[in-house]
Amino acid sequence: MGLSAAAPLWGPPGLLLAIALHPALSVPPRRDYCVLGAGPAGLQMAYFLQRAGRDYAVFERAPRPGSFFTRYPRHRKLISINKRYTGKANAEFNLRHDWNSLLSHDPRLLFRHYSRAYFPDARDMVRYLGDFADTLGLRVQYNTTIAHVTLDKDRQAWNGHYFILTDQKGQVHQCSVLLVATGLSVPNQVDFPGSEYAEGYESVSVDPEDFVGQNVLILGRGNSAFETAENILGVTNFIHMLSRSRVRLSWATHYVGDLRAINNGLLDTYQLKSLDGLLESDLMDLAILKDSKGKFHVTPKFFLEEASTNQSADSITLPQDDNDNFAMRVPYDRVIRCLGWNFDFSIFNKSLRLNSGNAFGKKYPLIRASYESKGSRGLFILGTASHSVDYRKSAGGFIHGFRYTVRAVHRLLEHRHHSVTWPATKLPITQLTSSIVRRVNEASGLYQMFGVLADVILLKENSTAFEYLEEFPIQMLAQLETLTGRKAKHGLFVINMEYGRNFSGPDKDVFFDDRSVGHTEDAWQSNFLHPVIYYYRYLPTEQEVRFRPAHWPLPRPTAIHHIVEDFLTDWTAPIGHILPLRRFLENCLDTDLRSFYAESCFLFTLTCQKLPPFCQQGYLRMQGLVSTESLRQHRVESRLLRDYAPTGRRLEDSSQQLGDQEPLGSPLAPGPLAQSVDSNKEEL
Amino acid sequence: MFSGFNVFRVGISFVIMCIFYMPTVNSLPELSPQKYFSTLQPGKASLAYFCQADSPRTSVFLEELNEAVRPLQDYGISVAKVNCVKEEISRYCGKEKDLMKAYLFKGNILLREFPTDTLFDVNAIVAHVLFALLFNEVKYITNLEDLQNIENALKGKANIIFSYVRAIGIPEHRAVMEAAFVYGTTYQFVLTTEIALLESIGSEDVEYAHLYFFHCKLVLDLTQQCRRTLMEQPLTTLNIHLFIKTMKAPLLTEVAEDPQQVSTVHLQLGLPLVFIVSQQATYEADRRTAEWVAWRLLGKAGVLLLLRDSLEVNIPQDANVVFKRAEEGVPVEFLVLHDVDLIISHVENNMHIEEIQEDEDNDMEGPDIDVQDDEVAETVFRDRKRKLPLELTVELTEETFNATVMASDSIVLFYAGWQAVSMAFLQSYIDVAVKLKGTSTMLLTRINCADWSDVCTKQNVTEFPIVKMYKKGENPVSYAGMLGTEDLLKFIQLNRISYPVNIISIQEAEEYLSGELYKDLISYSSVSVLGLFSPTMKTAKEDFSEAGNYLKGYVITGIYSEEDVLLLSTKYAASLPALLLARHTEGKIESVPLASTHAQDIVQIITDALLEMFPEITVENLPSYFRLQKPLLILFSDGTVNPQYKKAILTLVKQKYLDSFTPCWLNLKNTPVGRGILRAYFDPLPPLPLLVLVNLHSGGQVFAFPSDQAIIEENLVLWLKKLEAGLENHITILPAQEWKPPLPAYDFLSMIDAATSHRGTRKVPKCMKETDVQENDKEQHEDKSAVRKEPIETLRIKHWNRKSDGITLEEDSE
Repeated sequence: MGLSAAAPLWGPPGLLLAIALHPALSVPPRRDYCVLGAGPAGLQMAYFLQRAGRDYAVFERAPRPGSFFTRYPRHRKLISINKRYTGKANAEFNLRHDWNSLLSHDPRLLFRHYSRAYFPDARDMVRYLGDFADTLGLRVQYNTTIAHVTLDKDRQAWNGHYFILTDQKGQVHQCSVLLVATGLSVPNQVDFPGSEYAEGYESVSVDPEDFVGQNVLILGRGNSAFETAENILGVTNFIHMLSRSRVRLSWATHYVGDLRAINNGLLDTYQLKSLDGLLESDLMDLAILKDSKGKFHVTPKFFLEEASTNQSADSITLPQDDNDNFAMRVPYDRVIRCLGWNFDFSIFNKSLRLNSGNAFGKKYPLIRASYESKGSRGLFILGTASHSVDYRKSAGGFIHGFRYTVRAVHRLLEHRHHSVTWPATKLPITQLTSSIVRRVNEASGLYQMFGVLADVILLKENSTAFEYLEEFPIQMLAQLETLTGRKAKHGLFVINMEYGRNFSGPDKDVFFDDRSVGHTEDAWQSNFLHPVIYYYRYLPTEQEVRFRPAHWPLPRPTAIHHIVEDFLTDWTAPIGHILPLRRFLENCLDTDLRSFYAESCFLFTLTCQKLPPFCQQGYLRMQGLVSTESLRQHRVESRLLRDYAPTGRRLEDSSQQLGDQEPLGSPLAPGPLAQSVDSNKEEL
Repeated sequence: MFSGFNVFRVGISFVIMCIFYMPTVNSLPELSPQKYFSTLQPGKASLAYFCQADSPRTSVFLEELNEAVRPLQDYGISVAKVNCVKEEISRYCGKEKDLMKAYLFKGNILLREFPTDTLFDVNAIVAHVLFALLFNEVKYITNLEDLQNIENALKGKANIIFSYVRAIGIPEHRAVMEAAFVYGTTYQFVLTTEIALLESIGSEDVEYAHLYFFHCKLVLDLTQQCRRTLMEQPLTTLNIHLFIKTMKAPLLTEVAEDPQQVSTVHLQLGLPLVFIVSQQATYEADRRTAEWVAWRLLGKAGVLLLLRDSLEVNIPQDANVVFKRAEEGVPVEFLVLHDVDLIISHVENNMHIEEIQEDEDNDMEGPDIDVQDDEVAETVFRDRKRKLPLELTVELTEETFNATVMASDSIVLFYAGWQAVSMAFLQSYIDVAVKLKGTSTMLLTRINCADWSDVCTKQNVTEFPIVKMYKKGENPVSYAGMLGTEDLLKFIQLNRISYPVNIISIQEAEEYLSGELYKDLISYSSVSVLGLFSPTMKTAKEDFSEAGNYLKGYVITGIYSEEDVLLLSTKYAASLPALLLARHTEGKIESVPLASTHAQDIVQIITDALLEMFPEITVENLPSYFRLQKPLLILFSDGTVNPQYKKAILTLVKQKYLDSFTPCWLNLKNTPVGRGILRAYFDPLPPLPLLVLVNLHSGGQVFAFPSDQAIIEENLVLWLKKLEAGLENHITILPAQEWKPPLPAYDFLSMIDAATSHRGTRKVPKCMKETDVQENDKEQHEDKSAVRKEPIETLRIKHWNRKSDGITLEEDSE
């Protein structure tokens, strides 16, 4: 750190070159934090590091931030919504419907000030990211391509090693922590015979004129494939789309990375028999052949193997020769590959042990739920590349999701390296219900990163107070104490947002009758995104988290509560939402969490030896809630209070007994009775 | 179904309802004979157990009697333990210790006496007492002849409920008596304990209690016997009640509407409905069959005649019986049954009476968990439509917040629109605004943190409601007083000046002490504090200033440290540094030396000084006195305290008799909730005034100063001495139980478990019938993947579980 402060950041190129020429002799500049890439995730991390006053640098190969968006999406329309109006003033709530902004304290840096379009133009994103970096004065070294990353073992280092970054000029940077936010930058290519005939999404023409009257085959079934099809749908003869698996509609899967309605024009024309079509097959089993006229034929690979010598379509037996109704018997004028992107593993030295994930997440580096690489401590993956944690589940691969996971990573780092415990609010137990109601109604991180980030409430001894921690990565729950520096000795609640367990899926009908649940007792069957509260008497162990029941985001809790889904996502109904929540919390804590007016507390103080928490923490501290006359009247009418006023007519309390009717306040003082001698007759 | 139960619930609420809004205080009052007889009221029944004063304080009988206090109270019968003391000889006080008895009085008339061994437990106590009181309503008979006489006498007039119990005083007897208490005026109750009698009317299983309903009212021909319906469930209060309800329902109803829509009392009671399908051609015969079936199914199901011809919905052509279960959401079944016995057996095989009744038990005994029991939430909800004059306060937003609080001295209420406590306090806040309208320089503002979350967080507001005062050049101050109009108003008014007030001349100091200086403020602060320091006492002055600042808004503080301070210190005999406390109401000025000058200690000294010697205790000030951790000696008074009593107590205070207590008095006119307190202490309530010692901090015993003694010094001293010596008996002990959850929560975890464990065969509700299960299995085989089926399945279950008929706005209704 001392070294880095002494070394000039942007020294004259000659000097940098000189240092680079003698890496062994000179000490490379050392930083606590190095961020690779000045895209949304890199800038977001830079923002948090800057605010915390940390020593960091961002390396960006392009001259400005967000270079991905200068080219992609090819058709320039972002499919992340830019909802400018929600009818609400709550800034935190509004982030639930703002999928483009990064987090900052500056309200000017909200994306809605950059575009009026609901689906904004990618150029606005570039402009926004540039402004974000400039306005906040983030320390980004542009035009710096990190070409190689390796490890240097050092006992002194925070993580037992330094990350050594070498840029295109040979300049070396030494980093204690490496935060990789390079996104997915390598187009995914599938190797099969004839794959060379396919044009890539990254380079194919976006001018519809180039496709007039053509037969087009698109490989892939993601948003880029549909976006490409959408662009040329009106001018082609027909478009066929080919991919391994059935189409996944995001409205059915509730995953924003699946096919969005804005791009699905082709589904419409396919189902209405307007010549366009969808086909399912594994690309690896296919081959594309070119005929003498330059047209392309699709055939199963094994046809090719029979006549491997000559690969022209004219000389090979094609499926349609035997099977004259073979779906893909028409030759194509163009084949376009839209198969997505992969993470660029090439710059990382083997010593970092940064590997790709399993079959599902091959395009992503393998990381823990804390976003730290499994291979090397101190190496974190941020942003789109970190999506393996919640691929096809939540929003971690998108700006509106990873802006929160980046914050979570930053909080973990603050504790690990700077002894700053995870921020928490300590409140008395009487505020428990309210603090949960508040968060489930406004928190955007919980809402966007449902199932991944969750709020945690750590109870204090005797449950008289609690600490509220926001947006903790729940898969790391077992390690909460070491990761946050907070103690979870007396039980905890986890507040998570969830869709119904069997609601989401590519083949699900999400519009079935009765899909919405309105009754509190059925809340556990809620389908749409709704808050779920888990209660644990003890912090779950790693084993319990790992071997949790299938389809559960968390281990089996001591008790669970679902707040019934709400059409307006407004969970503030006194009976429908707050009351059942309070009952749940009360039963977990084995106490009474009702609120009482001072008058009731007064009565309890003088007629009971113990007081409910609300009276104890409010009234007895001279902060009782005094009821106004009109509320008093309601209180009597509601029969929650007896009317002790001597003048008022006493209303019969429903929970009173018949025999309990002697008028109040009347002096019960008849004169001493003459003892009766009139002993009554015996009945039995 | 649910609404039906509400009606039902009201009917028997007095039997099983209990107060759940606060822990109930029920204990056996102990009285002297004279006192006891003074409490008897005409027409009211009372059970008293007379025992020797020196008899053991606890016994099995007393425990049982104590338990019976509550149920008997439910029937308007008070219970007491009367201690026979030597001074008061009562004929009810037995001669020997083991011959003590319990007596039942109605008004001052003795109805019955009970040897304690007949009242062997709480059931026996309740049964015996009700039996004695309901002498006319419940006829006790021993032979068949008696029964026939009663039967004959009532033919064409009234129905009879005849029951046999093995013995008097057992739980079944109590259940019958409790039913008789409710229905005694409608039906003639007849009771026997003779097995022979039961056998003679043809009952089997005579070892069990039996209850028959004799349908005598219908009988016009005196030679004809009354029809009898046997209740098949065990004899409990609830079962008898359900049974009588079904007996009251019409035997046969004719309907011409969709059976799915038909509802009768039977469904509400958890009994199924049987529709006999009829058409015009066979109407007469069908009606006869239906009547026959109805008699056979009386008490088991409701029977209706369904007129097919005038029916708008289609029912299968060959179906002649429609069966509708009590469970909601289950489709009706169309049956083809050609024999009355088949109908009966179908009903009997498909009844789930026990299960359902269990459910209903739970339903009725515990209050509904969906009903609000938080008084603040409930009252705010009930008041939600009332328009408050919100315009009297300035609503702040993110944009206006900083500018507003910078521009003028402001009070800000931070609240959350959805939080009940916030909204309750908002009303008081508006009241303050009404009271201050046009008179205050302080701007009253509010900000809804549900909208402007970030502003609140930035102001360090993490809980609601919070009131902060923003004054130019000062740090914002959080208001820490009662959340009510009075105290907040006081806080705002007292904050018109800065603290502590810097007094600059002797004359000003005198005006300050006399209350002249801040005439308009002394109604908000009954004490003015003046710190006297010599000019060199820097740290002491700083500490005092800190304390004064801390107390700003709660008490007026001033400081005087001019060169001539000695004049004041001499005048008020205070050695510097000192505090002068001017009590404006009493016109007294006291001096307190400042031995320690820590700000915290000064705050403590001032707050202690604010306490009175014999205050009127109120809702607002109890916490300040409660903090002293001493037993409260409270004089309950209906109106202003009698000066005589006040004098007596103040004398005792001066004589240091009351050092270990906090003496105070309570004006029931100002603090009506005091009546609730007295109720918890006394039953019955003796005449006011009452002097009570409440040991709140250790043990919770309540002692009452004998109400027949005059509240004069001598008596009080004597009583206190007896108390100290442990010679006084407490009248009650305050309950020490913890505040537990008032009601259970939904157990979603077990619902989820139940759903998963049934995943293979679908989750079936317990009342689902076999055929459905088979169907499900079939479907399961047909649809192996079954993924698509699942959400629909779960949702069907939902319907079955649903109790209420509330309207759900489905989302596609947009």
